[in-house]
Amino acid sequence: MNSKLLLLADEAVAQAALDAGISGVYAYPGTPSTEITEYIQSSDKAQRENIHRNWSANEKTAMEAAMGMAFAGKRALVCMKHVGVNVAADPLMNSSISGVVGGLVFVAADDPSMHSSQNEQDSRFYGRFAMIPVLEPSSQQEAYDMTYYGFELSEKLGFPVMLRITTRLAHSRSGVVRREERAQNKLRFSDDPRQFVLLPVNARQRYKKLLAAQQDMQALSEASSFNAFFPGKDLSKGVVACGIAYNYLMENFPEGCPFPVLKVGQYPLPKTAIAQLLENCGEVVVLEEGYPLAEEMIGGLLNRGNKVTGRLSGLLPRDGELNPDIVAAAFGLKTTQLFEKPEVVMPRPPALCQGCGHRDMYDALNAAIAEYGERVKVFGDIGCYTLGYLPPFKALHACLDMGASITMAKGAADAGLEYAVAVIGDSTFTHSGMTSLLDAVYENSPITVIISDNEVAAMTGGQDSPGTGRLEAICAGLGVEPEHIRSLVPLKKNHDEMVRVIKEEMNYRGVSVIIPRRACIHTLNRKKNSKQ
Amino acid sequence: MKIDIILAGVGGQGILSIAAVIGEAALSQGLFMKQSEVHGMSQRGGDVQSNLRISDRAIYSDLIPAGKADLVLALEPMEALRYLPYLSAEGWLVSNSVPYVNIPNYPEEDKLKESIARFQRKVILDVDSIAREAGSVRAANMVLLGAACPFLRLDYSGLQQAVRRIFERKGEAVVELNLKALSMGKALAEQEFKP
Repeated sequence: MNSKLLLLADEAVAQAALDAGISGVYAYPGTPSTEITEYIQSSDKAQRENIHRNWSANEKTAMEAAMGMAFAGKRALVCMKHVGVNVAADPLMNSSISGVVGGLVFVAADDPSMHSSQNEQDSRFYGRFAMIPVLEPSSQQEAYDMTYYGFELSEKLGFPVMLRITTRLAHSRSGVVRREERAQNKLRFSDDPRQFVLLPVNARQRYKKLLAAQQDMQALSEASSFNAFFPGKDLSKGVVACGIAYNYLMENFPEGCPFPVLKVGQYPLPKTAIAQLLENCGEVVVLEEGYPLAEEMIGGLLNRGNKVTGRLSGLLPRDGELNPDIVAAAFGLKTTQLFEKPEVVMPRPPALCQGCGHRDMYDALNAAIAEYGERVKVFGDIGCYTLGYLPPFKALHACLDMGASITMAKGAADAGLEYAVAVIGDSTFTHSGMTSLLDAVYENSPITVIISDNEVAAMTGGQDSPGTGRLEAICAGLGVEPEHIRSLVPLKKNHDEMVRVIKEEMNYRGVSVIIPRRACIHTLNRKKNSKQ
Repeated sequence: MKIDIILAGVGGQGILSIAAVIGEAALSQGLFMKQSEVHGMSQRGGDVQSNLRISDRAIYSDLIPAGKADLVLALEPMEALRYLPYLSAEGWLVSNSVPYVNIPNYPEEDKLKESIARFQRKVILDVDSIAREAGSVRAANMVLLGAACPFLRLDYSGLQQAVRRIFERKGEAVVELNLKALSMGKALAEQEFKP
């Protein structure tokens, strides 16, 4: 037992990738995926063997760099949160056309219940869309084993493999046993000079290869030990339990489930075992975290006879993450809750830290826009400063996706909004805001962009931001007039100056960038503590 | 043997260090464990919890079902009450008595005390003051862990070793402070409660 490492599932993925001989990890921070890359960054082995581990500017650049590594025959891990998969979707969809030489495992960390996200999209759809195998662990050990196996699978098939985890598992710790360490691959290129050049003439051939490989992927799923069938005596029901949903099922049947159970950990879905359940059982209950992907596929469009039940049929809630109590209710089992939550207990939402520079920025912004009423709208973005929507600031009127603050402000200005203000963080700006700013510069849109710079990716725990120290140069390079790039220090003593500058730039009928810059106090404190 | 613990507090209070010490001790005693924690947005001063499960048998769910927890261990009294629905009939509440007020609608002190008083099986201590007595308020989380010792059914020397391992990279003074805080919490809980 002592040889077990106590790891978050995120860390188990990272350890497995190190043991499987990756030459690099590529990622942009995003809850709940961040700890994978951080684990590799703090690993002695990664340092010793010079395994690539710096953060990428966004998920798309991460995936493309990982594809470069796979092109060169080496193993690469690429990690992101579920909405990051949207950003990386272009290289992802084309990576299954080109395929890979070195193994590539693509980790998509989904966030059902939206603990730290703006939607709960299910990355298994992306796996199916790209027509690549998807692995979905139910435990920290499986997160390790599947990552290790994922690289072998990827190289065997010649295509990337997706590993899908969810917040609950990603941020839960348990004992993990390691396997033997494997050396990194040597530099090696494809024998086929056409493979990675996706001109239509080549892509058509490659697509046929991908289609032909579907049979192999299906056969591997049918035989996979990650898809396990457990017989049961009571055939009134059969259960398909995907990923960690299996845990919630078994939690409710500690002495063994009376119904036959198919535990799913590898996609495409194994057809033989599912057919067996459909033939022999009265009802097939599908337990899955996220969207009802398996339920819809198994039931079909019409689900004749309503034999297949789950989130879609209404047996389980359509949204939010599962838990043991929800699954208990689906099987008609009683829960044993004795005590109610007392009425005095109030919600305690997250808030900007005391002393945070974003607070001073919002105080100044609110003072500056007060007199314009409905003639001004503030477009927010993704980061700590999104909390500016909440009291006491109530400063934001929109927040859509990474970088959208600037482009939405531009579109609203195009529509006739008089004062369009964007609030974006430094890391989010270099992730996806630079091209937005270029669109605004190109048309000299009358928008005011506030890049609230704390010199770090703060919300995810203080990761380095590739744009630190370069924001003014980037904005000038994109064509913003130098006299309309205004740097400030967001402190109480500078409040009046900040209000004046914001007002001045709002009344300039072109693109302005205001950069209030003060280091994240959370990150500063952490650095101080780690020095002690 | 199984013990299911809900650790509760406010982001930044240090519940994850408590979880780390218990987890380390459990693993070194050859037990199975799963510990789910909250990262990300909630850590900015929001309510945070960690589900910690220890057993001599394999554990399935990372989450504790409602009504099944043996212990709610909280660094903040209102946060302790939030998780009452998870306590079992034999479950205990061990909590700091000092409110952490960072919301405008935080309950009045009398009403909060009244709600806590209504619950029978509890140990409520001013762990902040005890930690100050031990040397620093930053060790409040270890005082609370000490206070939970009578309910943990884990070997005390194992917990001490775990404290040592978790804090050793911060130097001997920090280790000693945390060990002292642990023992003070334990002594006070044992005065109030004999298992």
